[in-house]
Amino acid sequence: MKTLVFVEFEAGKVKKSALEAICFGRQIAAGPVAVVAAAPAGTDFAPLGAYGVDQVLHIADPGFDMPEAQPLATALAQAASQLGADAILLPKTSLTDATAPRLAAKLGAAVASNVMAIVDATPGNFTVKRSVFTGKAFAQTRLAGGKVVLTIKKNSIDVAEGNASAVSVETFAPSIPASDHAVKRISVEKATGQVLLPDAEIVVSGGRGMKGPENWGLIQDLADALGAATGCSKPVSDMDWRPHHEHVGQTGIKVSPNLYIAVGISGAIQHVAGINSSKVIVAINKDPEAPIFKVADYGIVGDAFEVLPKLTAAVKNLN
Amino acid sequence: MKILVCITHVPDTVSKITFSDNNTRLNPAGIQFIIGPYDDYALARAVEIKEANGAQVTVLNVGKADTEPTIRKALAIGADDAVRIDVEPQDAFQVARLIADYVKANPFDLVLMGRESIDYNGGLVHGLVGELLGWPSVSPVMKLDLNGTTATMAKEVEGGKEYVELTLPFVAGCQEPIAEWKIPNMRGIMSARTKPLQVLADTGAALSSEVTSFDLPPAKSAVKIIPSDAAEQLINLLHTEAKVI
Repeated sequence: MKTLVFVEFEAGKVKKSALEAICFGRQIAAGPVAVVAAAPAGTDFAPLGAYGVDQVLHIADPGFDMPEAQPLATALAQAASQLGADAILLPKTSLTDATAPRLAAKLGAAVASNVMAIVDATPGNFTVKRSVFTGKAFAQTRLAGGKVVLTIKKNSIDVAEGNASAVSVETFAPSIPASDHAVKRISVEKATGQVLLPDAEIVVSGGRGMKGPENWGLIQDLADALGAATGCSKPVSDMDWRPHHEHVGQTGIKVSPNLYIAVGISGAIQHVAGINSSKVIVAINKDPEAPIFKVADYGIVGDAFEVLPKLTAAVKNLN
Repeated sequence: MKILVCITHVPDTVSKITFSDNNTRLNPAGIQFIIGPYDDYALARAVEIKEANGAQVTVLNVGKADTEPTIRKALAIGADDAVRIDVEPQDAFQVARLIADYVKANPFDLVLMGRESIDYNGGLVHGLVGELLGWPSVSPVMKLDLNGTTATMAKEVEGGKEYVELTLPFVAGCQEPIAEWKIPNMRGIMSARTKPLQVLADTGAALSSEVTSFDLPPAKSAVKIIPSDAAEQLINLLHTEAKVI
């Protein structure tokens, strides 16, 4: 199969989730991987060669800096047909969640989201492992037909370099029909200068045990020391102590960081559903019977207001 | 104005999930089934729009007869009528083709559903239906206001929100806080019993994927408790033992 990966850049650097998708791409076909990248003019693609990328279709159109799903699906379908690609991989984000199904319908490809592993890459028996029941189970899913579109769950593979390749870069100007611009952006409200929750390697989350929004400085201090994103439980977001985009759980953001620290969170099953693919979970709670300790790897039974400053100081000492 | 709300019939969020038939099927024993939580937000918003502007709200489920109590609950919440397409849902493409075929035969102005089901977590059906109908699709939508045929929406993006505008018809995948979940009242429950529920036969939508087996995550080993008066030891363990900082 010929593999094509959608790659996003941030501040001139390829995103880690894109490298993860490229590593998955190498498992599908022995040959080198092609990428289609929406990135500013002058972006250096040569470093991608170390990961086995030999070809870049570069969309330099600033309209693709933060595209909507419809034009992106059209662009990726055109890129796939130009390259003869039959496996198209996208790192899972809110944008690609909306893009992948439209792309699959355009290509007549089978589609699977939330992919954690490639089980069998043989065309006709193409099988992936997906996370289902909100992280409570996994499903081996066989995809019919010759073409596949996959969204890759973050942190499902260790990024490793592949057979190094020279990278040929070609400017790619997709032809987007006016009907793809039906969704018109009015404005964007984005947190700036923070580590974003879905991208974070470490997350520090607070629950009702923090007693009020005025105490979030303690969570933020530990997060800053660790270079972590901050999250919260559903009640905290429902009470408007913290914004909705920080809500981690079944109906909020599902995170899969290397380290998740739950502070003053009891660990209701709905919260655990959003964190159970974290590599290491730490629970800090004054109730030793709190269910969060059943899913945690490390725990401290104690008062968050005393424990958090000690942890922050210890991280600073470590650094 | 006609609104179609597509709902899933899924295990309650607190359910313990197990599998039967050699790990190929969900074991329904002891599981309470509910309207998918995201679909429930979509339904609540549709009912709000109906109450504010007037609209006919139809609820659609792809499922076998065991989903009818879930469909009746959606009618009790405020949908006017319901359609059940008598197919066991197995694949996003299959479900999307059934929905798109229904909408082609029965025109709607707006199709709402949850951003994803909480069983398969595919999150694909809204985009597939949009593409199959040639309509725009937007997800995950946190706010939806209609002014005539123009909709203003907020959708979640990494680390924030994006506000967009578009005109009907379109498909939206919904999530909180688009509306508050509605709890059916006694009048709603009584009237739901007699609201029309049409059952449609399978039109033979093809599957493009199938689950060959399910499995459960390995059991977690016991938590390692660090005394609170030596909290700083946790940081050392995370550095030297877990190697995550």
